[in-house]
Amino acid sequence: METATTSSAGETVISARGISKQFAGIEVLRDVDLDFRAGEIHALVGENGAGKSTFAKILSGVHRPTRGTLALRGELVEVPNPLTAQRLGITLIHQEPVSFPDLSVAENLVLGRDQGSVLGRVPWAKITRDARESMDQLGINIKVNVPMRGLSIADQQMVEIARALASDSRLIIMDEPTAPLTPIEVETLFKIVRRLRDEGRTIIFISHRLEEVRALCDRITVFRDGNLVHTGDVAAVDDEEIIRLMIGRSLKEYIHKRRTEIGEVALEVKDLCLPGLFSDISFEVRKGEIVGLAGLVGAGRTDVARAIFGITPAHSGTIAVNGKDIGVAEPTEAIALGLAFVPEDRAAAGIFQSLSVEHNITAAVPGRIAPRGFIRHALERALANEAVQKMRIRLASLRQPIGELSGGNQQKSILARWLLTDPSVLIMDEPTRGIDVGVKSEFYDMIGELAESGRAILLISSELPELLALCDRILVMSEGRLTADLSRAEATQENVMREAVPKSGVHSPTVAA
Amino acid sequence: MNRITGVIGALLRRRAAGIAVMLLIFSLVVGLIQPRFLTPDTLRIVMLAIPLIMVAAMGQMMVLVSRHVDLSMGSMLGFTAIVAGMVFRDFPDVPWWVGFIVAISTGAVLGLFNGLVVTIFKLPSIIVTLGTLSLFRGVLFLISDARQVDPQFIPSALIQMSQTSPVFGIPGIVLIAFGVAFLTYLFLDHTRLGRQIYAIGSNPAAAPLRGIRVVPVTLLVFTLSGALSGLAGIMYASRFGYVNPSITGVGFEFTVIAAVVIGGASINGGVGTVLGTVLGVILLGTVSVALPILAVSAFWQDAIFGAVIVIALLIDRSVRERGARSVVAGHRP
Repeated sequence: METATTSSAGETVISARGISKQFAGIEVLRDVDLDFRAGEIHALVGENGAGKSTFAKILSGVHRPTRGTLALRGELVEVPNPLTAQRLGITLIHQEPVSFPDLSVAENLVLGRDQGSVLGRVPWAKITRDARESMDQLGINIKVNVPMRGLSIADQQMVEIARALASDSRLIIMDEPTAPLTPIEVETLFKIVRRLRDEGRTIIFISHRLEEVRALCDRITVFRDGNLVHTGDVAAVDDEEIIRLMIGRSLKEYIHKRRTEIGEVALEVKDLCLPGLFSDISFEVRKGEIVGLAGLVGAGRTDVARAIFGITPAHSGTIAVNGKDIGVAEPTEAIALGLAFVPEDRAAAGIFQSLSVEHNITAAVPGRIAPRGFIRHALERALANEAVQKMRIRLASLRQPIGELSGGNQQKSILARWLLTDPSVLIMDEPTRGIDVGVKSEFYDMIGELAESGRAILLISSELPELLALCDRILVMSEGRLTADLSRAEATQENVMREAVPKSGVHSPTVAA
Repeated sequence: MNRITGVIGALLRRRAAGIAVMLLIFSLVVGLIQPRFLTPDTLRIVMLAIPLIMVAAMGQMMVLVSRHVDLSMGSMLGFTAIVAGMVFRDFPDVPWWVGFIVAISTGAVLGLFNGLVVTIFKLPSIIVTLGTLSLFRGVLFLISDARQVDPQFIPSALIQMSQTSPVFGIPGIVLIAFGVAFLTYLFLDHTRLGRQIYAIGSNPAAAPLRGIRVVPVTLLVFTLSGALSGLAGIMYASRFGYVNPSITGVGFEFTVIAAVVIGGASINGGVGTVLGTVLGVILLGTVSVALPILAVSAFWQDAIFGAVIVIALLIDRSVRERGARSVVAGHRP
């Protein structure tokens, strides 16, 4: 087994040619040609949605390419599912490992590899012994007879690596493995990954953290908007260049910011702190102002928004609306004070899927549709109807379940819901995610109109062009801290990205509680 | 003091030990109040109270481990018992063991039907088996004309099995029950197929990625649940000596699920042991025998049963929340 699969360093192990992938007609990966060599750690970087994870999933059989071929040591191969990938020696290690939490570590290691009659006896003694051996080989101390459930994420990753080695994987793909780890755990992981490379294995390392890429990887490939834009030695490019490669795309022309009167401070946040998620967050948003909140996924933007709205209140710090200091602890209080929040995950946190459009629209204003405690349907209908006209929501009937509407029209309905509360501060978390371009531009117009009417708007978005075009100011968060407050004139893609990329390589947003 | 609570905590974390301790304390307390409880006679009554629940509980436990539930057991027991009873009545010459074959195979067919509906239509098993609970009961009324199979038709050899056996005079059905438990243990803990049931229940989405064929394994689990309900059905005929369409097996699924859940199986799948289930059955059996001895009215008994289940679930949750670094199947510390 060992002799058959060992490759000499530098030789091409797997080559992808013309790999393309469409989801629901949208091309997320376009004609990717890429070779991976034996004995290298190869970084895949790119913005959220650039296609790097999709590419990794195609290599490991989770997705099948729409077009293109994969060749393993020169021979064309089909990788229809992860089990086949594993037999070909390709393993994908997810950020949060996929395991069987109720089964023991040893059993998790052996499941799927142990070929034999299903009625055959399970060789427990051998399984336990082999598992201990695997752990010893990796030089890690994990008890193999405890359930997976009790292990830390780092230890679960180690078990996954042990599993990859047990099936003698020659290509191990790690999808942002360091994100949930502590600095010490990251060090241990790196040590092991380097050893695997020195054994002649290929490691694909997907990460947002350029510092880590530089410390660990030999070559780097940059993805942008589904295209491979650069492959080369890590040493040959500097950070500036990598960032430029990641974001170098043109602004979308249809977005334009209107000039609005900027008034007095509507939302003031001071020293907001929630240990483990974010710390020292201070900023203000004025009437008529659109302030963007940029950052990579996991930077803590959503957590700050949730804290302001009182869903998961901050540990310390103050929030003031229209000059009044408030201690928001509950969303109902936040609504009463004039805050409104359009959440990120529409399906899970925004809509009541099976309720009608009209119930969804009027959900935040029970007092207005039920003046004496009983709902007056005529009142509810009139309010909803007015909102539908104003927001140009396309629907068959007000009684239709909201789940049947398109994403864009669902999002408009949620916005309509919050406008009924007549908020002075509107917080929107990724409002344009997953809605099509036509509706997007309508949405931008609406955000502009809302600002014109004197509302303060805090806009969280991962689409930089959107923020750059819409916002008067852009705040940048990285690893739980505010790293920049850029005016419209200062804000460029490069500036924002530079501040958004973690500098430390150390994942600990807060030092003390 | 701290050491003592520490020891108790450690015991409670081992589910089986926790139930054993509860069983011991309960028996002693009842014995102090009513010395008549701690006699061989009571032991015999308890022994006779548990076999039906035990064999069905093994089936139910496997279903729960696979992240399903089987609510139709009571009707499957009634159905199989009536079919076996009618065979005895209409063909008086058949030997007693034919009843076992008839009941078990009828049960297997009913269980397979449950499994097919669940897997083909991808419906939640709780709804499917709630439906078949009524469906099977209805069909059993039709085939039996709602007539009871009277005691004179049940072979005396079958009835003997609930009274004695050549093995120290322990009733045959008790031996069968513990035999089934032992076989279930071998199957679940020591065969690849058994471990696949745990894997499916623990992470149904990941199981196919490891080459586990979820549909056939799920069908097998439901079929076994039906077959074991059938075994309980013929044991009912043996123990009670008659089969009545409107009484036999009614409410039985409730008792079985209660015993299995007390025994530590998780309704979220992936968790459950034979030892825990056996102890859960014995605990429930002991409580059901002790309550009449303590002159607790029959109305209170249901309420107390219910309370025991809720308490067991609360203990279960607090144990899980502590991370449950317990030792799992196949490994000895």
